[in-house]
Amino acid sequence: MRENLHRFFRAARGAGVRLSPAESIDAMRAVSKVGFTDRTVLRDTFLLTLAKTQDEKKALGDCFDLFFDQPEPTPPPPEENETDKSDTPESGAASETQGDAAGSDQAQDIGQLAQMLLSQDRNAMAAAIANASNAASLSDIRYFTQRGIFSGRILDQMGIQRLRDDLDALTASNPALAERLQAALDGLRDTVRETVSQALMLYGREEAENLRNEILRNAPLSRIEPRQVAQMRLLIRQIARRLRERYSKPRKRQRRGHLDVRRTIRRNAAWGGVPFLTAWKRRHRDKPKIIALCDVSGSVARVSDFFLLLIHSLHEVVSDVRSFAFSGHLIEVSDILEAKSPEEAMAEIMSKVGFGSSDYGNSFADFEHDWMNAITPQTTVIILGDARSNNLDPRADILRRIGERSKRLVWLNPEGRMAWGWGDSEMPRYSTFCTVVRQCATAQQLERAVSDIVASYQ
Amino acid sequence: MAENGPTASIEAVERGLAAQGYIASRQIATAVYLSQQIDKPILVEGPAGVGKTELAKAIAAWRGLKMIRLQCYEGLDEAKALYEWKYAKQLLYTQILKDKLGEVLGGAETLHDALAQLHDFGDVFFSKEFVEARPLLQALEQPAGCVLLIDEIDKSDAEFESLLLEILSDFQVTLPELGTISAVSAPTVILTSNSERDLGDALKRRCLHLHIGFPEQKLEERIVESRVPGISQTLRKQMVGFINEVRTLDLKKLPSVSETIDWARVLVLLQAPELGHEIVKDTLNVLLKYEADIEATMPQVSSFIAKSSRQNVFG
Repeated sequence: MRENLHRFFRAARGAGVRLSPAESIDAMRAVSKVGFTDRTVLRDTFLLTLAKTQDEKKALGDCFDLFFDQPEPTPPPPEENETDKSDTPESGAASETQGDAAGSDQAQDIGQLAQMLLSQDRNAMAAAIANASNAASLSDIRYFTQRGIFSGRILDQMGIQRLRDDLDALTASNPALAERLQAALDGLRDTVRETVSQALMLYGREEAENLRNEILRNAPLSRIEPRQVAQMRLLIRQIARRLRERYSKPRKRQRRGHLDVRRTIRRNAAWGGVPFLTAWKRRHRDKPKIIALCDVSGSVARVSDFFLLLIHSLHEVVSDVRSFAFSGHLIEVSDILEAKSPEEAMAEIMSKVGFGSSDYGNSFADFEHDWMNAITPQTTVIILGDARSNNLDPRADILRRIGERSKRLVWLNPEGRMAWGWGDSEMPRYSTFCTVVRQCATAQQLERAVSDIVASYQ
Repeated sequence: MAENGPTASIEAVERGLAAQGYIASRQIATAVYLSQQIDKPILVEGPAGVGKTELAKAIAAWRGLKMIRLQCYEGLDEAKALYEWKYAKQLLYTQILKDKLGEVLGGAETLHDALAQLHDFGDVFFSKEFVEARPLLQALEQPAGCVLLIDEIDKSDAEFESLLLEILSDFQVTLPELGTISAVSAPTVILTSNSERDLGDALKRRCLHLHIGFPEQKLEERIVESRVPGISQTLRKQMVGFINEVRTLDLKKLPSVSETIDWARVLVLLQAPELGHEIVKDTLNVLLKYEADIEATMPQVSSFIAKSSRQNVFG
C-alpha cells in the first residue's frame, strides 16, 4: 500500500500540488490513523494534509478520483472498472467458438502471456498490465510524445516477444488459435495504450500545461485565437499573482544607516537628552502610482485588453492606478474595470470608445484638458499603442508636457521596432519625449515591462 | 472492530461538537479528529462568519479544556504574544532589597569578589518569577492542556508567523534568558485566517489546512435548528433556501452562517409565520451589510421567495 501512496503523491505533484517530503510523511501518518476503509474519509485526509490552498484542494480532489479509479498493481479483487477495460481484448476472442478449453490443451508449450490471453482471465490481465506498468515506471511519463515508448516498454515487460514467437509457431500448427491470439493481442495493445493515456493525464498534466503556457506566453497577443483567450486571461492572472508576490512584501526596510539626530533628541527629551531610544533615518520610498493610457482601436485592442487586465489585477501592489482608454477620443475606465468582470468591462469599454480610427492628438488633448493634474512627480505614465495616428496632428507637445510632469513616461508598442516610423506611425516623434520605449507584443514582454515599472518604486 | 475505529471516532467528534451546538460537516470532524491523532494544528480558512472561531470554542467546551485566545493584529509582537519581563516588579524588588544587597556585597574584599556575587544575584531577577506569560506561553504552561486559538493570523505581520513556527511544530518556545520551555501537555491549536494575505509556506506546512465554505442547505438548516430552536420547520427551510439564492448574486459581502442565525432570531422575534415580501424587505439589513448589496437584492426578493417556497414543496 505504501508504494501506492508514493505513486499517488507523484500523481498529486503532476496535478500541480506542491508536496514536500515532510508533507508526504505527515500524510502517511494521518493515513495510518484513518485507514483505507472509508474512501471519503481518506479523500478528506489527503485534502487536509496535502493541499494548502483552495485551488490545490480542487486539483487534488480530481487527482484522487482519477487515481483511485485506476487498477492497482497487486492482484485486486474484481472491480467493475477493470472489467470494462479488459473487456476489449476478449471482445474479439469471445465471439469465437467454444474451442477454448480444447485450444489451451493443445498448446501446452505457449508462453504465459499467450495463455493468459487465451484463458480470458480478466483480473490476471489487469493485474499483469498494472505490474508491467509499474516495472516500466509509467509514473515517470511527462509528455504526450512519450506514449509510444511507454506502451512499448509495458508490452515488453509483459512478454510480447514470447507471444510473437508463439504466434509464429501457432500460425503454422494451429491457424484458428493463432487468429484468436492475434485478435486478443490487438485488444491488449488498445488496453495498454489506454492505460498509458490515463497515466499521462494523471502524471503529466502539469508538464504539459507548463509547455503550453510557455508557448502561449511567447505568442503575439494581437494574434491570439479566440479559443485561447480564456486561457490567456488565466495566464495573465498568474503573471499578476507572481508580480504581486514579488513586490507586495512589507515595505519596511531594515532600520540601518544614519542616525536621525533631530528625531533622536526629540524622542529623548524626557530623559534630559540622554539618548535611550535611537531613531534612524529611513529610506523614503514612493508608493507606486500609475496612469495607463490604452489605445483600444481595432489594431491593438487585444493587447490593451490584456494590459488593462494585468494592471488591474495588480491592485494590491499598485495602490493608485487610473486607466484611460481611447481611440478617437479618451475616457477614464478605472471604475468600469474595477466593478465588472473582464469580459463585461472590455465589452463596455469597446462600446464606448472602441473600434474608431485612432486619433492620438485629439485623445492627448482630451487627457490634458481633464486629467492633467492627476499626474504628480511620483506618477508613472504608461501609454500602450501603436502610435498610428492616421496622419492626423500627433500633438507631441502634449506628450512632452506629460513627460515633464511625471516621474517616468513609458511607451509600450505592440509593433516591432522595424515598423516604427513607417506609414502613419508617429513613434519616432513620440519616443523623444518618453523615458522608456519598448516593444510589448507577448505576455512575457508585458510581464517584464510591468515588472520593471513596479520594481522602480521598490 | 478495529477497521471501523476511525469512522466511529470521527462520528464521535461530530456528535461531541453537536452537543455544544456546533454542527460540523464531515470534513471538519475529520480535521478535528486528525489534529488530535497526529498532534498538528488546524489552519482554518474561509469567509467571515462561517464559524471558524466558533469551532475552537466548541472544541474547548466539548473536551472541557480552557480556551486561550490570541487575537492577531498588525504590529503584534513577542512582548504581547509570548512573554515580557515584569519591569516594574524587578525595579520594586531591587529597591526593597537594596539594604540586603549592601549586606551581601559588604562581605566582599575586592571588586572582583563583589562582581562574582552580583552575578549569582542577577540570575534571580531574570527567573520565571518575573516573567509575565502572554497567551502563547500561557498555553504551553497549562497542566491539563488547552485549546489555543490564534485568531485572524493573516492580520499579523509576516515576522510574527516565524515566531509561531517553533510553537506549532514542536510545542515549545525558546526564551533567551530562560532556555527552551516545552508544553506540559500539547495544546490543541487552531489558527484562523480570512485570506487577507497569503500565509507563508512554512506556516502552512505545519498545519492541517481546512477550508470552511458556506454550508450546504441541509447542513445549514441543521445549524439553524440547533442555534434557534424556536423556529418552525417551514420557515427554516424557506429562509435557508432564500439565503442560498442570495448567495448566487454577485455581492460585496455574501451573507454567511452568522447572518443566517441572526436573521432566524429576528424572524422568530417578529413572530413571522412564513417568509413574506414585506418582512423580508424590512429585515434585509440584518442579512446584508452594504447599501449597494441591499439595492442589488431588493428587486429579486419576490422571485427568491417564490423559489424557496417551491423548493419547500418538493424538498
